[in-house]
Amino acid sequence: MTALPQTTDRKLGLVIDLDTCVGCQACVTACKGWNDQGGGLSDQDPYGADPSGTFLNRVHSYQVAVPDAPPQIVNFPRSCLHCEDAPCVTVCPTGASYKRAEDGIVLVNPDSCIGCGLCAWACPYGAREMDADQGVMKKCTLCVDRIYNDTLPEEDREPACVRTCPTNARHFGDFADPDSKVSKLVAARGGYDLMPDMGTKPTNKYLAPRKKGPGEASLLAPLLDIKATGVAGWLDKMLGKLPG
Amino acid sequence: MNPAPSVILFSTLSGLGFGFLAFLGFGVLVPSGWAAFFLWGLGYGLAVAGLLAATFHLGNPKNGLKAFSQWRTSWLSREAWASVGTLLLLAPVALSDWLGLGLPRTFGWPGAALALGTVFTTGMIYAQIKAVPRWHHWLTPVMFLTFALAGGALLAGSALAPLALVVAGGVLLALWRVGDGAFARAGQTMGTATGLDRIGTPWVFEPAHTAGNYLLREMIHLVGRKHAQKLRWIALTLAAILPALVLLLPLGWPGLALAAVLHLAGVLAARWLFFAEAEHVVGLYYGARG
Repeated sequence: MTALPQTTDRKLGLVIDLDTCVGCQACVTACKGWNDQGGGLSDQDPYGADPSGTFLNRVHSYQVAVPDAPPQIVNFPRSCLHCEDAPCVTVCPTGASYKRAEDGIVLVNPDSCIGCGLCAWACPYGAREMDADQGVMKKCTLCVDRIYNDTLPEEDREPACVRTCPTNARHFGDFADPDSKVSKLVAARGGYDLMPDMGTKPTNKYLAPRKKGPGEASLLAPLLDIKATGVAGWLDKMLGKLPG
Repeated sequence: MNPAPSVILFSTLSGLGFGFLAFLGFGVLVPSGWAAFFLWGLGYGLAVAGLLAATFHLGNPKNGLKAFSQWRTSWLSREAWASVGTLLLLAPVALSDWLGLGLPRTFGWPGAALALGTVFTTGMIYAQIKAVPRWHHWLTPVMFLTFALAGGALLAGSALAPLALVVAGGVLLALWRVGDGAFARAGQTMGTATGLDRIGTPWVFEPAHTAGNYLLREMIHLVGRKHAQKLRWIALTLAAILPALVLLLPLGWPGLALAAVLHLAGVLAARWLFFAEAEHVVGLYYGARG
């Protein structure tokens, strides 16, 4: 049913720390690897001249001009935010798109999807991609087949992207629980929503890069401050007196 | 947005078809005998051809029947109901006109109203999408409705057709004018899309992937905006101004046919622009406005 649940018992989602993300793309690879089972995420011409493929997670890189500080490179992973007011769910004509009342995960049932693409249009974040081979919509499942999977060791019962992240820039948990790790992180670091004016109420939160302070001068700066002596020093003094 | 031919053909043909069916249903034009067969056939043909074109846009049409299930929330599902409902409701009226069964004209009214309702749902499919600011406006369904009415009036040979065409052209102009500032008014930038406006001004350092993907093909389509202004004039002239002038000349049936062809070509151009000019906020992540 594409009507959104009034409330969800839990609000499972991710916190993504843009301060520690190094843009290594390990989350992209782990996501693709885990979700490539079964129907999978198809690629078109993957080793050819014009490769293209279905991904549930993509990492952008931005250069940010910071006032009174050196510019920064910020790596920005982008995936489904499992919104509370998910516009992708309500537009679906078949009921293939739905938000689970028990944990808030937004899923697509490929057996009902007609591949109309309207949900991808409705999503402001580009979280959904049509699988060109299967003709159905694909999106982040929050690794629903890992997090409840009793056959996996307990430490593996989290999304593949979180499990693999070498810098711990990704955190998984329940935002409905104020004492959860993710809720505390968001409170401590001022976690924020992407495009809040779109009215989607995303579950996933992002942590901004920490302030780096004013840029320090180069370590080589003292060596560059050359004091001319002798004839060169006299020339330097004389030339300095000339107008212009 | 990607101006896919299937979607352009769908909204153009079915809009015209349902508009014409509304005029037939309301009894503005009451044909009989074989004239009725061909005129109702034209209305049904356009509407069904449009709906068939729309199915070519689907990646997985075998689940098509399930699209009737979510009418409570989904405008696309409502459109499915409204379109099939219209075709069923008007069928007895069409048969009556053809075979001279003498069914009272009031039997056509619910179907005619639902035909316009179908066009309204088409408009709402686009107008509901907040992520495409140019479409997210009440003028979008008004544009679809006025074009269906103008096209229907034209095919029905109504004396009001020239006026309806001019009104539709005016709505098109208004939608362009409102739409041109819509993205800026929505207030979304690369800064709000990434939240990096908190620390400074971001711009793209490196894209997320080196090759194309679905998002770029479907929603960050930049083709043809260069000639948008010229195409607007072509669309407006062909869809509204020329057909209205041709209808005012005493040319009879050939004039009507010419006006219809011009109108159809103009609406196709206008619909192409409707998609090509629409910018999706996801483009902000890629440094494009959409």
